[in-house]
Amino acid sequence: MPGITREEVAHLGRLSRLELKDEELDHFAEQLDVIIGAVARVSEVAGEDVPPTSHALPLTNVMRPDEVRPSLTAAEALSGAPAQEQQRFKVPQILGED
Amino acid sequence: MTVMDLESYEDALSVYDPVMGLEVHVELGTKTKMFCGCSTTLGAEPNSQTCPTCLGLPGSLPVVNAIGIESAIKIGLALNCEIATWCRFARKNYFYPDMPKNFQTSQYDEPIAFNGYLDVALEDGEIFRVEIERAHMEEDTGKSLHVGGATGRIHGASHSLLDYNRAGIPLIEIVTKPIEGAGARAPEVAKAYVAELRELIKALDVSEARMEQGQMRCDVNLSLRPHGREKFGTRSETKNVNSLRSVERAARYEIMRHAAVLNSGGTIVQETRHFHEEDGSTTAGRIKDNAEDYRYFPEPDLVPIAPARDWVEELRAGLPELPRVRRDRLKTEWGISDHEMQSALNAGAIDLITATIDAGAPADQARKWWMGELARASNETGKELADLGISPAQVARVTALVAEGSLNDKLARQVIEGVLAGEGGPDEVVEKRGLKVVSDEGALGAAVDEAIAANAAVADKIRAGNLAAAGALIGAVMKLTRGQADAKRVRELVLEKLGVQG
Repeated sequence: MPGITREEVAHLGRLSRLELKDEELDHFAEQLDVIIGAVARVSEVAGEDVPPTSHALPLTNVMRPDEVRPSLTAAEALSGAPAQEQQRFKVPQILGED
Repeated sequence: MTVMDLESYEDALSVYDPVMGLEVHVELGTKTKMFCGCSTTLGAEPNSQTCPTCLGLPGSLPVVNAIGIESAIKIGLALNCEIATWCRFARKNYFYPDMPKNFQTSQYDEPIAFNGYLDVALEDGEIFRVEIERAHMEEDTGKSLHVGGATGRIHGASHSLLDYNRAGIPLIEIVTKPIEGAGARAPEVAKAYVAELRELIKALDVSEARMEQGQMRCDVNLSLRPHGREKFGTRSETKNVNSLRSVERAARYEIMRHAAVLNSGGTIVQETRHFHEEDGSTTAGRIKDNAEDYRYFPEPDLVPIAPARDWVEELRAGLPELPRVRRDRLKTEWGISDHEMQSALNAGAIDLITATIDAGAPADQARKWWMGELARASNETGKELADLGISPAQVARVTALVAEGSLNDKLARQVIEGVLAGEGGPDEVVEKRGLKVVSDEGALGAAVDEAIAANAAVADKIRAGNLAAAGALIGAVMKLTRGQADAKRVRELVLEKLGVQG
């Protein structure tokens, strides 16, 4: 069993900026354990002759020519922004006081 | 900002041996971004060069820019690297609003190029080999504008504004292996390496590599260890050092700072530091602790890159003459020293001098103007030579006017001044400012007569055989002709009219 700990879930939560309650840490640790366990079983099934893969299609070198295609207008780009200012995406304070 | 104690540079080096690592990001000069077809043109309206892919909108998919890959391979080859037969992109996950996707597409353990070196020439001509760890492909981030703080810095800002035009522009990150054995010359090696890399990138024509525009940015990692110890000390990482001079200053400052901390019994904290252009100092940024966890994983939306060997060999065969080889050739052709060539390199003048020679100027004249008058103008205005506003063809024209005798050096300087001031080309400036050597013997003779009449006492001295006094009369004539006379001819006329032998 992989054994995901509460501390690891808390760490992931911090990295993902998710505020997790104590009972959620236990709950998610259990769930993640099951998921990781399921993935681990796939590794067991794959023999030496099956290379690890990160893509479903056996393709390489899919490229496009360096040709400009139309972009969105700034108004379109900003249309989904929760807030904007000076034609830019407005985001809350990133760092607090030094 | 607290004032930092520094050890003297000499004392620091007498006890410690510096080890450096340099990371250079180069923005490629492709027309479009790395993973989408958005334009990369500088100076566009904010957020006018974005699309669902570079904004990270759901359902969008990246496709790799073929020129991006080709440029990466060229850079790798020019750095004597091996080129991967198969490699992938990876997601570098982090929470920061400069990437709307919340990850940067980069490469992790499978860089496209690795294990190379770059030989760099130091001021005195000594060659230092800098080993290259890797060159990998990634994408640039958006530009942040921090609002509400005192100085536009992120600290104290009330909120930030993001422009994603730059997000997704292809970057190549070139990482050196630890640079050891440079000793007191470490800062000089750092500067020479970045300068050489910039020349190389320009020669490959994959980027303009203009540091002042952020097309090339350098991080300087530095640590000290006591002489004789193998193990590296703890390093600091000085980020975004964006000029050649700053690279040298940052390395030097960090050597002195580390030594002071270590000598006082302190320990160096592994942290990122910010470089300050105004006084060459660095201040602490983020402390790098274990909280930094990018959770890299292979990018599932992109398929692997497997450059065919015949393509790689084709690109290798097509590499241009490399800058150091070219400089050696030009040094011989121009008949100049290592040091003079190094100065021309540091000034960014080599291509300009070459183009001026191609436009018909003799090598020594081309070099004289670019490294003299124009280098001075560059220092005064803080502009790069190439941006001064005078072309190699125009400089060649000035040298031609001097060679045919219509300008002397003094007038030529005024012509250049006029061109730089935007008054037009050399001939136009000559015309408008009336700058011509006075070759009309009648006019010149009249000026000489006037000078003699106005300086009777001086004239008497000359008549009495005091030839040294002639200088005063020549000066008076030059003044009357507003500097537009040929001084040698004036002297001849003065002596002739006073009846003395020169």
